[in-house]
Amino acid sequence: MKSAAKRHITQEEVEHVVWLAHIDLAEEEKALFTEQLNRILDFFRDIDQAHTENVPPTYHVLDLVNIHRSDKAKESLSKDESLENAPRKEDGFFKSPKIV
Amino acid sequence: MPKPYELTALEVAHMIRSQELKAEEYIASTLDRVRRVDEKIHAFVTLTREEGLNRAREIDEKARKKERLGRLAGVAIAVKDNMCTRGIRTTCSSRMLEIYVPPYDATVIRKLYDEDAIIIGKTNMDEFAMGTTTETSYFGVTHNPWNLRKVPGGSSGGSAASVTAEESTVALGSDTGGSIRCPASYCSTIGLKPTYGLVSRYGLISYANSLEQIGPLTKNVHDCALLLSVISGRDFMDSTSLDLPPKDYEASLKDDVRGLRIGLPREFFGEGVEDEVKKAVWKAVDLFESLGAVYEKVSLPSMNYALAAYYVVAMSEASSNLARYDGLRYGYRDERDEGDWSTVYAKDRRIGFGMEVRRRIILGTYALSAGYYDQYYLKALRVRTIIRRDFEKVLKDFDVLVGPTMPLLPFDIGEKISDPLTLYMCDILTVPANLTGYPAISLPAGFVDGLPLGLQITGKPFDEGTILRAAYAFEQNTDYHERRPNIK
Repeated sequence: MKSAAKRHITQEEVEHVVWLAHIDLAEEEKALFTEQLNRILDFFRDIDQAHTENVPPTYHVLDLVNIHRSDKAKESLSKDESLENAPRKEDGFFKSPKIV
Repeated sequence: MPKPYELTALEVAHMIRSQELKAEEYIASTLDRVRRVDEKIHAFVTLTREEGLNRAREIDEKARKKERLGRLAGVAIAVKDNMCTRGIRTTCSSRMLEIYVPPYDATVIRKLYDEDAIIIGKTNMDEFAMGTTTETSYFGVTHNPWNLRKVPGGSSGGSAASVTAEESTVALGSDTGGSIRCPASYCSTIGLKPTYGLVSRYGLISYANSLEQIGPLTKNVHDCALLLSVISGRDFMDSTSLDLPPKDYEASLKDDVRGLRIGLPREFFGEGVEDEVKKAVWKAVDLFESLGAVYEKVSLPSMNYALAAYYVVAMSEASSNLARYDGLRYGYRDERDEGDWSTVYAKDRRIGFGMEVRRRIILGTYALSAGYYDQYYLKALRVRTIIRRDFEKVLKDFDVLVGPTMPLLPFDIGEKISDPLTLYMCDILTVPANLTGYPAISLPAGFVDGLPLGLQITGKPFDEGTILRAAYAFEQNTDYHERRPNIK
């Protein structure tokens, strides 16, 4: 196992990505994640060995482009069913935390 | 006379249709088996005893009235807990979805009901299917029925263990990077990942959409073909499911591999693969040869970067897919909303998601972020093209590729979980089928010190028939699939 991996990302940068992803980390997790992420990013660099000039990306493996259906409303979930799993609701609406 | 829970799906459906066996008696026997062994195995997150027994009575009533009964009449099936089941809690083995009860059925579930199958419970898995051992479940680890100290493989560990321990007759799993084939190998069941686009993903809780497929875990190849025939087919609710004529995969089950051209990729026998595993695979190759197949060594040089490319793609897709868990429409939300939206969202996601899920979301977010997108995500997608071309080229000259499913035999619970990278390495032989979309099956192929190992057969796109035929021929000439663990 590679132990002295090259540093790809600092703890500060990890905290920034964590903010982008909207996931808190506990204080003690920050250093651990930084160490683990650096080792994993080091392993990701295996892909650098591949020569990819003029190779198109594969987003998905099927030769499908657009799949259309006629623009007709179909049966869907009722309002009550849609709200069944909502942690907070009020007067038939989802209730969100304070936005502004 | 075997006990009802020991039967195969084919036998159960036949006996229930002909009224030799009452569905109620068989389901009760299966549930009793669960009651006796699941304390040790922990294959299930949720059991549906009452619904199961009620459905069995309805099926017995239909049989009595000589009404038409489906191809899975009365068959007890365990479903991985990432497929939505209307009215039955679906957790993804995550605290985030601990109390989520879907208001709709996944398409595969509807297809099972249409053929009169009986869902007896939802099975344990790695949280959001992110893992190789079923140790990251919020509800605790599943144990390998062959040795309770060992991992059952993952992420569909509960599904595979339930089949091996005969707590269910068949099961459904999902496979994003090996999550059906790995536990099939570690538990000694059949496990098939179908070609991408063959089975509808509607109602499968997404982890990495471009890689995953739902597939069967069964005691033998015939049950696998039967279950695949039921769940495959075009679905308007999944625009990536293909419009192909329906196939009866049972028709491909012939004990005949004469002239079958087998490619053996050198990279599947590399230094990371245990010697005992290689030996067993060579033994299988010799058997195929004695049955009239021919083999040749081949090379897939792009295997060197397949694993890294897989993890970049999977984590990037995961970070996007799991952004939907905002605690608004469903999912974990703290008792009190303290602070503004973004603070509440971030805190709920810390509590709702386990370590591995957060690790993957964070890495995926990084790989997709400005400045790193080209270097990681786009590069991995280009590498994916190279890997596809490699496989396409080799499979022009061969019908199937054969190798081990897993490089290592089942290891101890707790042995690798603290080192994510070491665990990722275990997926090296299974991820190519997901990157290429090709079908692949794992079959019981031997035991080392009482621990099972699996043989992997990869085929051409939508040519499940050929890999099922090869698997069937192998099974007819071996007895590994008939062995059962002594659970203690």
